[in-house]
Amino acid sequence: MEENKRLVKVPTMAEMAANGEEPEVLFWVGCAGAFDDRYKRVTRAFVQILEHVGIKYAVLGTEESCTGDPAKRAGNEFLFQMQALTNIEVLNAYNVKKIVTACPHCFNTIKNEYPDLGGNYEVIHHSTFLQQLINEGRVKIQGGGEFKGKRITFHDSCYLGRANDIYEAPRDVLAALDADLVEMKRSRANGLCCGAGGAQMFKEPEPGKKDVNIERTEEALATLGAGNGVIATACPFCMVMMNDGVKNKEQEENVQVFDIAELIAQAEGLSR
Amino acid sequence: MIIGIENIIFLIVAALGIGLFVWQIRKIRKNVLMGRDMEIAGNPSERINKTLLVAFGQQKMFKRMLPAVLHLFVYVGFLVINIEVLEILIDGVFGTHRILGFAGILYSGLMFINEILAALVIVACIMFLWRRNVTKVPRLAAGVEMRAWPKLDANIILITEIVLMFALFAFNISDLKLAQLRGVEIAGAYPVSSLFVNILGSDPDNLYVIGRVGWWFHIIGILAFMNYLPSSKHFHIIMAFPNVYYSKLLPKGKFTTNPAITHEIKAMLDPSYQPPAPEVDAEGNPVMQRFGAKDVEDLTWKQLMDSYTCTECGRCTSVCPANITGKLLSPRKIVMDTRDRMEEKGESPAIFRPNHYKEMGVERVETTEEKTLLRGYITPEELWACTSCNACVESCPVNIDQLSTIMDLRRYLVLEESAAPASLNAMFTNIENNGAPWAFSPSDRFNWAEDLYVPSKN
Repeated sequence: MEENKRLVKVPTMAEMAANGEEPEVLFWVGCAGAFDDRYKRVTRAFVQILEHVGIKYAVLGTEESCTGDPAKRAGNEFLFQMQALTNIEVLNAYNVKKIVTACPHCFNTIKNEYPDLGGNYEVIHHSTFLQQLINEGRVKIQGGGEFKGKRITFHDSCYLGRANDIYEAPRDVLAALDADLVEMKRSRANGLCCGAGGAQMFKEPEPGKKDVNIERTEEALATLGAGNGVIATACPFCMVMMNDGVKNKEQEENVQVFDIAELIAQAEGLSR
Repeated sequence: MIIGIENIIFLIVAALGIGLFVWQIRKIRKNVLMGRDMEIAGNPSERINKTLLVAFGQQKMFKRMLPAVLHLFVYVGFLVINIEVLEILIDGVFGTHRILGFAGILYSGLMFINEILAALVIVACIMFLWRRNVTKVPRLAAGVEMRAWPKLDANIILITEIVLMFALFAFNISDLKLAQLRGVEIAGAYPVSSLFVNILGSDPDNLYVIGRVGWWFHIIGILAFMNYLPSSKHFHIIMAFPNVYYSKLLPKGKFTTNPAITHEIKAMLDPSYQPPAPEVDAEGNPVMQRFGAKDVEDLTWKQLMDSYTCTECGRCTSVCPANITGKLLSPRKIVMDTRDRMEEKGESPAIFRPNHYKEMGVERVETTEEKTLLRGYITPEELWACTSCNACVESCPVNIDQLSTIMDLRRYLVLEESAAPASLNAMFTNIENNGAPWAFSPSDRFNWAEDLYVPSKN
């Protein structure tokens, strides 16, 4: 089927600027999206969707740098502001107006904390972006695609949910799959953290009885019940934590962890 | 209207009670103002709305039905029964008897509702005592911070409320029976008291004494209760309103940005940058500001007010992912420690000083003898367990921002002491050197885009 697919050349802001062009939206990839092997697949899936619907987008490529979120949550306000001010300089130089990102931490930081430092952009999370594409009919998913009827439970990311009150967008996206959506007892505003926020991702947990991701995975597995199922996430850290949890419970044969963008790309037949 | 010796005694007692309360409130105000200045202004209509919903309307209580309904009985009971208390005050001053009785059907309705509510308050308080002491609901009974004073405090309040309600009934029953014996009509309707109208006997002298004792007991009880509030978690009945009004309207994910640091970095990046003149105190010396918080004066007045609003319900701790999985962190303890430290450092508004749980020995929490909030009360281990998930903030029925205090203490550890865990220091170094929290080369940042295909459209 080689002849049915084309190689994607992901456009960068530098190239666009050189050609005197401006993208409709900047895709902020984030460190996990650029370096984490598992989350790179989410980045690629999201780009496939962008290519599929024909949106004029660009990335910063090697000009992107950490937003400073983990430094800030760990208490290192100095390093955070260093990162933020440098990033804002780059973004403002390219006259960026609209940013989409698949990372709730990047989303929260750029949207809520960059304005105080001179970075004012329209920032949207990829869950909202996908929701809009579906609502506009630009992503259709004929007949629900391969996840039709499959049991899926959505794990709320703290920095998307409580931090920014986005609960429905990822669920609306999943609804397009015509799957069997089941909610965990602790969901939406009452959702339980995966355990990675607040820079916990980068340190060993403090002494306790259990790891937070195990507590959450147990809840997800109990919700999915016996047999196959999918834990859907919308955050790179949640994905790592839930994946580790599923492995710890030796359920990787039965339960997969997918980002909502991957589910859409697969259902739409973009990632074959 | 007869002004006798009883009225004069009443006036003296009431003046003393109110005076003492004002004296305590001034001390509390002084304590809260130890905190850093922070302007919280704007959006008055949104703030009023929020206060009506969350404080007045108890919106966030209803995340848990049973305690919400029981609490509603006590809360509405408190509000409505206070109208009768007002009458008691007026009667006390002017020697009148049920002065509001002229309102006829309205008064009857009010007294009717009052009696029903008073009965419900008794039921609710008994159930609350049951939950605390018999079934021992974990969030109310467990945790190092819930020993000593906080535990006793909760029981004192509940028992006092029950006793006050009984005093009210004694007052109404004796009044009712006396009227019956005299064959006169009494203003008001008393559905509960009339069931027990004969319980106090039918000796008019006795009934008169019981009525007066019930009256005095109720009024002195209320004045005492009012003065007990500042030493108690029950202070939330007052503080909930300003605390919700001044709560954060911004997205919960937005943490504060320190402008002093921004100026420092801008000056570093651009030598020609002119930072604004530093703040000076009354003598013209520059104000040295700590980065982050080590002690209570490094927190804002709002964060200190939070701690006076806390009712120690433990909803925050019961939803905290760190606490659920056995870590040391308890957001409630952070707030309670702030209050204890504030009163140690500032003024003790209480007539007596409540004993701190620390005096009973602390199991795993390894505090030091340092006279600061950090380490003296709150340990780095607690702070480093936080995932900043905002579950505590979301759960708080009176909009306390536990997370902001945790973050300010963390900032002090990192910015002033460089005391972050080693793995976080490694993460900082990676961000500085590679622009990513992991040790990857920045030149590899765009490698994900290689060999990426999409189906071609014909």
